Amino acid sequence: MIYLELYWEFFKIGLFAVGGGLATLPFLYALSATTGWFTPAQLADMIAVSESTPGAIGINMATFAGFTTAGVFGGVVATLGLITPSLFIIVFIARGLEAFRENTLVQRGFLGLRPAAVGLIAAAGLGIMQLALVRPGAESWTQFLYLPQTGVFVVLFWAIRKFSIHPVVFILIGAVAGVVLGF
Amino acid sequence: MTKTLFNLLWTFTKIGSVSFGGGYAMLPLLERELIDKRSWVTKEQILDYYAIGQSTPGIIAVNVSTFIGWQRAGWVGALAATLGFVLPSLVIITILAGVLTWSGDVPTVQHALAGVRVAVAALVLSTVIKFYTGAVKNKRGLGIFALTLGLSFFLGLSPFLLVLGGGFFGLILFSGPAGEEGKK
Repeated sequence: MIYLELYWEFFKIGLFAVGGGLATLPFLYALSATTGWFTPAQLADMIAVSESTPGAIGINMATFAGFTTAGVFGGVVATLGLITPSLFIIVFIARGLEAFRENTLVQRGFLGLRPAAVGLIAAAGLGIMQLALVRPGAESWTQFLYLPQTGVFVVLFWAIRKFSIHPVVFILIGAVAGVVLGF
Repeated sequence: MTKTLFNLLWTFTKIGSVSFGGGYAMLPLLERELIDKRSWVTKEQILDYYAIGQSTPGIIAVNVSTFIGWQRAGWVGALAATLGFVLPSLVIITILAGVLTWSGDVPTVQHALAGVRVAVAALVLSTVIKFYTGAVKNKRGLGIFALTLGLSFFLGLSPFLLVLGGGFFGLILFSGPAGEEGKK
């Protein structure tokens, strides 16, 4: 049954995704590859909507992915699956707050876990760059990149690093560029 | 009790509907709603919850909501706060996802979304750079980062496996007093 599958897949993600913001992205990327519930292109749209609306990005993406897979109830089930491990883990840890924080094994494990988590997001990010900028099946290096897209990408990346304004601004600029330049 | 639970649910619904991005972006809101207006928790408690929320699996904002709910009213409190926090996302995202699915075939929408993807690629890259400086502090960390990136992107290894691998290598490579070793 699709709802049970959705709940279980997002339960696993809630158990393994560490860190903020886009921590669930690599898992959703893998999920799209193994199940075909949504495409990498849809995943990029989910990021855009999730970063432009209120609420935690991970929660928004879970609702969106669940909705795309199995409608309104799918969105609810995926979101509940994602938060279930948090409820158990946090309530369990709340009993021994200090002991957990000062446990050297936990600290050491996280020294390795954090770089791995960033590596995973970087890999998913490369996948999205490929999707947005690289011409599929290009026959020569000169055709490798969509040039207008790449130009907009470079300008936006520079602007994001330079100005700390809300991501929705850059997403809207991207949308306008896409319509005007006919991406 | 019922009143406490309803209060938790409603307060976190409000927080969930006005906080963009979750994580630390939510901190000023929590301070205003929970410390200034209601004195439910202290600033130290919130910062403690954040420290734990980051070092445990799951969405940071959800972890922090769970903590505060638990501290106010135990198990059901944790549930009320967390459900309150995700409720606005469920409503807003379901509506937007519906609109996007429904209008996905319109050519203008397709061009706009292709442009949005370019912006998303730039946003994700800048997020990675920001996280990288916080998470990779030495050569061993760089090794774990590069290995995970390569195995994920080129070989498509499961992220579950790679997270476990990262934790495992952390335990082996960062032996000795964790705090000091990590800084080298």
